[in-house]
Amino acid sequence: MTTDAYIYDAVRSPRGKGRKDGALHEVTSARLSIQMLNAIKERNGLDGHAVEDVIWGNVTQVMEQGGCLARTAVLGSDLDESIPGLSINRFCASGMEAVNLAANQVRGGAGDAYIAGGVEMMGRVPMGADGAAIAADPSLAMEQYFVPQGIGADIIATEYGFSRDDADAFAVESQRRAAQAWDENRFEKSIVTVRDQNGLPILDNDEYIRRGTDMQSLGALKAAFKEQGEVMPGFDKVALIKYPHLEKVNHIHHAGNSSGIVDGSAAVLIGSKEYGERMGLKPRARIKYNAKIGSDPTINLTGPVPVTEKMMAETGLKVSDFDLFEVNEAFSSVVLRFMQAFDADHDKINVNGGAIAMGHPLGATGAIIIGTLLDELERQDKELGMATLCVASGMGAATVLERV
Amino acid sequence: MADFTMKTGDDGVAIITWDVEGKSMNVANEQAFMELDGCIDEVLSNDAIKGAVITSGKDTFAGGMDLNVLARMKEDAGDEPAQGLFDGIMKIHQMLRKIERAGMEARTNKGGKPIAAALPGTAVGIGLEIPLACHRIFAADNPKAKIGLPEIMVGIFPGAGGTTRLAWKLGAMAASPLLLQGKLNDPKKAKAAGVIDEVVDDPVAAAREWVLSEPKIVKPWDEKGYKFPGGAPYHPAGFMTFVGASAMVNANTNGVYPAAKALLSAVYEGAMVPFDTALKIEARWFTNILMNPSSSAMIRSLFLNKEALEKGAVRPDVPDQKVKKVGVMGAGMMGAGIALVSAMAGIEVVLIDQAQESADKGKQYAADFYAKGVSRGKLTQEKMDGHLSRITATTDYEALKGADLIVEAVFEDVGVKAEVTKNVLKVVGDDCIFATNTSTLPITELAKASDKPDQFIGIHFFSPVEKMMLVEIIKGQETGDRAVAKALDYVRQIKKTPIVVNDARFFYANRCIIPYINEGMRMVQEGVAPALIENAAKLVGMPLGPLQLVDETSIDLGVKIAKATKEAMGADYDEAVDEILFWMFEEGRLGRKSNAGFYEYDEKGKRQGLWEGLAARYPVADEQPDLIDVQHRLLMIQSLEAVRALEEDVLMDIREGDVGAILGWGFAPWSGGPLSWLDMISAAYAVERTGDLTSRFGERFETPALLKDLAANNDSFYGRYQPAVAAE
Repeated sequence: MTTDAYIYDAVRSPRGKGRKDGALHEVTSARLSIQMLNAIKERNGLDGHAVEDVIWGNVTQVMEQGGCLARTAVLGSDLDESIPGLSINRFCASGMEAVNLAANQVRGGAGDAYIAGGVEMMGRVPMGADGAAIAADPSLAMEQYFVPQGIGADIIATEYGFSRDDADAFAVESQRRAAQAWDENRFEKSIVTVRDQNGLPILDNDEYIRRGTDMQSLGALKAAFKEQGEVMPGFDKVALIKYPHLEKVNHIHHAGNSSGIVDGSAAVLIGSKEYGERMGLKPRARIKYNAKIGSDPTINLTGPVPVTEKMMAETGLKVSDFDLFEVNEAFSSVVLRFMQAFDADHDKINVNGGAIAMGHPLGATGAIIIGTLLDELERQDKELGMATLCVASGMGAATVLERV
Repeated sequence: MADFTMKTGDDGVAIITWDVEGKSMNVANEQAFMELDGCIDEVLSNDAIKGAVITSGKDTFAGGMDLNVLARMKEDAGDEPAQGLFDGIMKIHQMLRKIERAGMEARTNKGGKPIAAALPGTAVGIGLEIPLACHRIFAADNPKAKIGLPEIMVGIFPGAGGTTRLAWKLGAMAASPLLLQGKLNDPKKAKAAGVIDEVVDDPVAAAREWVLSEPKIVKPWDEKGYKFPGGAPYHPAGFMTFVGASAMVNANTNGVYPAAKALLSAVYEGAMVPFDTALKIEARWFTNILMNPSSSAMIRSLFLNKEALEKGAVRPDVPDQKVKKVGVMGAGMMGAGIALVSAMAGIEVVLIDQAQESADKGKQYAADFYAKGVSRGKLTQEKMDGHLSRITATTDYEALKGADLIVEAVFEDVGVKAEVTKNVLKVVGDDCIFATNTSTLPITELAKASDKPDQFIGIHFFSPVEKMMLVEIIKGQETGDRAVAKALDYVRQIKKTPIVVNDARFFYANRCIIPYINEGMRMVQEGVAPALIENAAKLVGMPLGPLQLVDETSIDLGVKIAKATKEAMGADYDEAVDEILFWMFEEGRLGRKSNAGFYEYDEKGKRQGLWEGLAARYPVADEQPDLIDVQHRLLMIQSLEAVRALEEDVLMDIREGDVGAILGWGFAPWSGGPLSWLDMISAAYAVERTGDLTSRFGERFETPALLKDLAANNDSFYGRYQPAVAAE
C-alpha cells in the first residue's frame, strides 16, 4: 500500500525581468533560492531535520547555478545541514519534476517530507550557457533534426492551423488576466517579497506584465524566428525534413506572444498525511497523479497533449472532469494546441494569466504553476486541477491536484 | 622507377620529388606513402640534411588518392574490414604527423627540421593533405592550378588529416566551404583563404630559401595555449557556429549525405581534444563513412566508373577519332551551347542557321558566356578571343566542307531533320560522321535520311549544354563502331561524360525521367499533398521535385510528348496523367516560361509557393500517405525503367545506367544511381516492395524478370555485371 503525498505549502518570488535592468538582476541565484527555502521553513515552523531532502529544479546549471545549487542553497538557508539537496534538470518542467519526484518519494516511503521547487536567474545565467550536445553535436543534432524551440512553436502553429491573430489574441488575454489577478491580489498567498540582506524590499510584484497590451501593439512586433528559420542558418528546411507534408513554416511567434525571460524561484512543501499530523500542518491538496512523457523532439513542444492523454488513460479522468488547468504559456501555440486537442474551455485554463504575461523562469515555472493552481482552486473552492508544461527536446510533464 | 626520389643539395636541403611514372598526375598509393616515409626518415636522421622541400616532377603536384587503396585496406582485413581501414588510415596519420613534428622534442618543441611543400600546380585531396602536414606551403603563381579538398563530392571527406588540419588552422566557419562544399581555389585565392602560405614564381627556390632561414616550424596546435579559431564547440561563439553548421548541412543536404554529417562530427568532436586524439577521431569517422554503403556506391559511380567511362571504357577498338572541325546545324539554345563547348575544346566550329541573324545570335550566346568567364577571372581575354575566332556563324553550307563531324540540332521534327541531313551530306566528305541531337526521336528512323547509316549516330545533349555533364550517345540499328568512337572521342574532347545506349523509345534518360514526372502528377490527381510530393523527392535526394521539374521543362513539352507517344503506341498508351497535363495546358500554366505552373512565380520569374489553385481541382485528401511510400514510388518508378532498359539491351553496361542517371538528371546521388540503389536495398526487398506497389498502384511497378532472378539467386546488379566489365 502506498502513502499519499500532500502539498502543505507553496511560495514563489515575484518574477523580475531577466535582463540587466531587471529588478532581481542584483540578486544571486543562491540568495533567491535561500529566501524561498527560508519562507517555507518559517511559514511552517520547520526545525532540524524537518524534511528528507530539497529537490531543486534548475536548467542552466553552470557558473553560480552550477556546483549543485540545491545543496548550496540549503547550506546558505536556515535549514539544517542534515538536509542534503538535489539539483535536477528537465528543462522547463524542472520545477514540476522536483515536486513530482518529491511526491513519488513520499508515496514510495523514502522519507515523509520534501521541499521541492526551483530557480532560474535568466538575466544572470543566460539560457544555453550550459551548452547542449543535442544542438551542437552533428551526430545528434542532425539525426534528431534539432531546431530551436521557437521554430518548434511555429511548426505547431503551421501544423495545427493557428494564425498570428490567434496567437496575439491569446497573448492579449493572458496579459489581461494577469493584471486582473494582481489587481485582486489573487497571488497574495504565495508571493514572498524578495529582500536584501538588510530586510529591505527589492521586488514585490511580477514586473514583466505589460498592462494594456492589445492586438495593435502586438501587431507591430516582428516574427522572432523567421530569420533563423528561413535564412541563417535555415532551420525551417530542417523542420520540413521531419514534416514533409508542410510546404513552409508559418512564423507567428514573437516576444509578445511567447513566454518572457525572467528571474524567479518557487518552493513547495510536500509530505505524507502522518507528517502533517506530526507537524501540526493542514494539507491543502493531494498530489493525485503525476506523469512525464517523451515526444517528437523537432516539433518539440507538443508534450502537454500526450501527457494529458496518458493521465486520462491511467486515471480514467476526462478533461471535462477538471475544474482548472495551468498549461505553461511557453508559446501561444502550445496552449492553443492543448485547447484544440481536448476541446478545452479557455475559461478553465490559465485563469490568472501565464508566462506570456509574467514570464517563465525555466527551472522554477513548474513549481510556480502548481502553486498558482492550488491558490486558485482554493479561491474558487473547486476540487480538481492539473498543471502541465511542454518541455524542450520533446518532453511533457503533468501534475494533478485534488483538494482535501 | 620510384614514385619519390630525393636529392640533397650542397646547402643541405633535400629536395623530395614526387613523379609517378606513366601518369599525367601524381596519385598516392601504398608504395608512394612508403617511399615518402623513407625519404622523411632519411631527412630526419641524416645530420647533413638541414631540412626538406617536397615537390613534384610534373606541372601539377598531385591529383589525389588512388581510391583502390582504400578498397584494398578493406579487403586485406578479411572479416574485420573496419579494423583494416582504421589501422590503415592511422598509419597515414602517423606518417604525416612525423612530417609535422619533424623530430621536435615532444614537450619543448625544440629541434626538428623544416619541411616545406612546393606546389607547381594543382594539389587536391591527399595532394593537399600532405602539404598541410608540412610546415609551410609554397605554390607557383599558376592561375590554372586548383587547390582544395573535393572529397565530399564523391561521398567521402578528407580523411588523411585534411579535415582536422584545415579546421584547426582556419576554424569551423572558414573551413566549412572548403570541406563541406569541396571548394577548389586557384593559388591566390587559396592563400587568401589561409589554405596555403605563399604564392611565388619559383616555389622550390622559395621553399629552399625558407628552409635555410631557420624558421619556426611548430604548428599552432602543438604549442601551449592553442585556441580553436572562432571558438571550440562550447565556447559561446563556437557554440553558435556548430549549432548553425549542423542545421545548414542538414538543410542543404536534406539529411541524405552521411559524409557531410561524419565530416562535421569529426570537426566537432576533434575540436574538444588534443590534436593527436582529433586525428584518431577523424580516422574513426572516416572509417565509418568508408563502411557506409552510400559512400561506396558514390565512389564507385561518381569517381571510379565516371572516370572509366570518360577514359573510353566502352569505346570500340578503332583508331583515334578526335574531332578537328565540327559543323553545328541550328543555332538555337542547344546548337549555340554545342558550338560554345566545342570551340572551348579547340575544335573549329561552323555554326549554321537559316538566317544569318540567328547564326550570329548563337555565336553571341557563346561570346556572352566566355565574357562572363573573363569577368570572373576564369578565362583570359586572349583565350576568349581564341575560342570565338574558331566559331564561324553562317548560313552557307559550303562552310561545312572539311568537317569530320556534324552535330545537327535543328527543330525536333523527323521531316525537318531529314532535309537538313540530306543537304549536309551533299557538302561534306565521305568520312564525315553525322550526329543528330535529339531527346525523343528514334535514331534508326532519322538515319534513313542518310545513305551511310553506319556513319549516323544520336548524340543527346542535356540543356544547358555548357553546364550539364552528361552526353547520351545513341546507336541506331546500323550505327557502326567508327561513329561510336567518333562520338566518344568528341565527348572526351569537350570534357563531358558519355554513356552509349541502343535506340529505343526515349533512349535511357528520358525513359526514366518521364515516368518520374508522371508519378508526381498521378499523386496530385490522387490527392497527395503537393508539398509532400515535392519534399519527398528532395528528401530522397532528387534535385527537383517532379512538379518543379515539369515547370522547368514546361507543360507544353509534356503535352507534345504525350501526343507523340500516344500516336506511336496506340492502344498501349497509358493516359493516366493526360487529364492533369492537358488541363494545366488549357489553363495556360505552362511552367516557368509562362510564369505560372504547378508553382507561382513573381514578375521577375522567381519561384514562389505551390499554386493554391491546384487544390480546387485536385483536393488534398484528409489521409496522406507515409513519406516512405511517396519516396519509394518516386525512386522505384525510375529504377524499374533502368532495369527494363538493361533487360532490353538499351543499356549495355550497368555503370552507364548509374553514372548516366546521376549526371543526366540528378538521380539521388547518395545512392550511386538506380541500380546501385536496388543493390543497396537488396533485390529481395526490391521484389517485395515492387510487389506491394504493384498491388496498390498498378502494373507500372511490376517486378522485372531480371530483378526476380537476382533475388532468387541472392545476387546483385554489381555482383553479376561488374566483374565482366571490370575485366575490359
